[in-house]
Amino acid sequence: MPRPLKLLAPSFELVHHTLDNGLRVVLAPDRSAPVIGVAVLYDVGIRSEPEGRTGFAHLFEHLMFQGSANLDKLEHFRYVQSSGGTFNGSTHFDYTNYFEALPSNALERGLFLEADRMLAPRITEENLANQLAVVKEEIRVNVLNRPYGGFPWIVLPNLLFDTFANSHNGYGGFEDLESATVADARDFFTRYYAPANAVLAVGGDLDADRTLALVAKHFGPIKKRRAPKRPSFAEPPLTAERRGTHHDAHAPIPAVAIGYRVADPVGSLDDQLATVLLAELLSEGDAARLQQRLVQREHLVTDVSAYLGEFGDPFDERDPTAFTITAHYPDAASLEPILRAVDEELARVADEGLAPGELDRVRTRLVSVLFRELDSVLSRTLNFAKFELLHGRAELVAELPARLAAISEDAVRAAAARLRPDGRAVLELVAGGAQ
Amino acid sequence: MTVPALTAPSRPKRLTVAERTLGSGLRVVVVRKPGVPLVEVRLRVPFQSAQATHPARAALLSDAMLTGAGSFDRTGLAAAVQALGGELSVGVDADRLLLGGNVLATGLPALLGLVATVLTDATYPADEVATERERLVERLVIARSRGGVVASEALGHRMWGDHPYAGDLPQPEAVAAATPAQLRRLHAERIRPDGAVLVVVGDVSPARTLDHVEAALTGWVGRAVRPRVAALPDAVPGPLLVLDRPGSVQSSMRFGAAAVGRSDERYPALQLANLIFGGYFSSRWTENIREDKGYTYGPHSRIDHHVQGSSLILEVEVATEVTAPALLETRYELGRIASLPVTAAEVDAVRQYAIGTLALSTATQAGLASTLVALAASGLGLDWLAEHPARLSKLSVEEVSAAAAQFFGPARLAAVIVGDAAAVTAPVAALIPVTTEP
Repeated sequence: MPRPLKLLAPSFELVHHTLDNGLRVVLAPDRSAPVIGVAVLYDVGIRSEPEGRTGFAHLFEHLMFQGSANLDKLEHFRYVQSSGGTFNGSTHFDYTNYFEALPSNALERGLFLEADRMLAPRITEENLANQLAVVKEEIRVNVLNRPYGGFPWIVLPNLLFDTFANSHNGYGGFEDLESATVADARDFFTRYYAPANAVLAVGGDLDADRTLALVAKHFGPIKKRRAPKRPSFAEPPLTAERRGTHHDAHAPIPAVAIGYRVADPVGSLDDQLATVLLAELLSEGDAARLQQRLVQREHLVTDVSAYLGEFGDPFDERDPTAFTITAHYPDAASLEPILRAVDEELARVADEGLAPGELDRVRTRLVSVLFRELDSVLSRTLNFAKFELLHGRAELVAELPARLAAISEDAVRAAAARLRPDGRAVLELVAGGAQ
Repeated sequence: MTVPALTAPSRPKRLTVAERTLGSGLRVVVVRKPGVPLVEVRLRVPFQSAQATHPARAALLSDAMLTGAGSFDRTGLAAAVQALGGELSVGVDADRLLLGGNVLATGLPALLGLVATVLTDATYPADEVATERERLVERLVIARSRGGVVASEALGHRMWGDHPYAGDLPQPEAVAAATPAQLRRLHAERIRPDGAVLVVVGDVSPARTLDHVEAALTGWVGRAVRPRVAALPDAVPGPLLVLDRPGSVQSSMRFGAAAVGRSDERYPALQLANLIFGGYFSSRWTENIREDKGYTYGPHSRIDHHVQGSSLILEVEVATEVTAPALLETRYELGRIASLPVTAAEVDAVRQYAIGTLALSTATQAGLASTLVALAASGLGLDWLAEHPARLSKLSVEEVSAAAAQFFGPARLAAVIVGDAAAVTAPVAALIPVTTEP
């Protein structure tokens, strides 16, 4: 048994409630500062986009900010910001979130704003055309005009996974985006944005009873619609290594993304946690194994990073999810030596185990990172909502340190043993901007 | 259905703070901020220099500072920090070196001990410096492959001429020439406690923490060499500079001019005028060229603060084919806010936004620590934070309009576009004078 870590998670008393229309509500009161977080997560993301509509979930996210039942265009932004708050939304593989951080005196206003667009966003030809242009600029600034833009999250899934749901470009191709219609958007809303397909979390300086009453007042009148049945997107393990190349016109030096399919992160959470610890001991900080070997000793790469989840958050996806190692390297001939070194380091963990103290220090740091995320009321609220939606238990947020403390060295060794060369996809970035 | 009104605001909790200037000259500020069982640490050391070799040496020093100290090699130091649940990192700019980190609260005394070892006994091993030199050169090449980085750099030169603020990003050749001996000398001359500030924020007792800091850093002494740096030149806007990035699907536009710092009595009004123009999503610039025209994902304007002066900076990336129309709208909005009064509704909205987001950004340990160490550079602290909402509340529409008139006139802004010159130069030159020579 590993030595139990004396790490106490901050305690959060969570209040759960489900409205008659099926909306799941999680409240996390904390009166230490006069601020609140409001988050609504809908159970639809990139993987639910229909064929021919790549990027639609994200385009639709933009449309949710363009006015709603009682609000004209621009009013959502203005009401949040003139209350002293901030807002945003983001589209993920398995869900889409909308959120505000606000002074606590804007609690009812924040709930109203979220309820109003859950009731009826204003989807018009004009708004669609405007946001199509904005989204194309977003893709240009983040992908097309930027070295390493979208690498590897946009391009690796296409090599690592097989189904359209898992492998397509989540930002979307311009042709697909341009062919999206107002009717598509209305259908998407009707199908996926039902109250029963969403979780509302509110955290921070609030009274639970009063907040529940306000939630009922604003979200209660939204009509019940059936939540869509979510299909399984799981794919079986790979049996042979895959290789691919990606051309980047701006990149001055090559890069590689090595992706592995890993086990269901929700159904086998402890395996996922063991793999998270493995990723940390491979690449987090100067004492990490791949940093020592590839950066410091062999000078093969300028940087290396190992992470779980396609956006680098190990708790952001259901099955399937990916373990990814990325590296940038000056000499294109270094790819095979890099792959050999990765295999050797994984085998060394699997066969020889860890150095004394190695697992404990990595785990201690990881827990510290998890605590740090919880300090912000908004990221805390988003976490509660995400764990409620994907795992059915917001409480896991506070339980993760104890779960991590119980992961054994053998479990980490087993996680390394599962990352086999024949189970991976190797995507080489060819540097078109090399001088 | 009407939008619910705001209820009475709750007052933030008063923070417990303790402060001490050590015999070495180091000023230490500790704020108790429980929540999560962590502590944030920020050490700011003045690091200005007028020497041409300084930016490269400073950047390499910051990358190599944690690669060996006392009896620790690179791995040993990193492992020791990690075992405390901690993290340390070093960054530099033209004004300062910042050693920052965080740690489980129980590990603070041990982390301070490691920090002390780095400050008094960083070794800059030759092989580690060589590794970091190569990496830094590659990172600089990657940074300059981005149009926005090239544009910001060109704007810096346009605004500041030969002043060190113009050359914040070092040249690869200068990095390649920097040696471990030079880094050790720079460290010995400049990484000294007098004039430095250490901010500690987190789940700690301030009084006890001051003692821990004093005990841990007792061996860090000595006076820093203080080179003279010339005052900022008066920025001359000149014609709009177009730099070619052939085939670029977007143009990176940057505008800049001198502004005033947080201690200046005009600053609060300038802060609000900037928000109204382009400093938040509900700004005129965003509502025009994004939400109405769809030219861009997001324009943004901000006030940057440096020790020797502040600047107003506008940044936007727009599609190549709408570069001239986006410039036209930008200059229209600049001219409008400089020539016509802002409205009371606009002032009320940005006032609440400024007050609310100040509270949000200082509601976390990390946010408060970073804010306090930035304020310390201009001699400001928690008092300034506590009093700033009142300053914003008192501002009139006339004061904000006056600040807009003084700072936002398009004639006083230097301007740079990095993009596909063949496509954008002629349409842009139809609007304002253009040059292609930096």
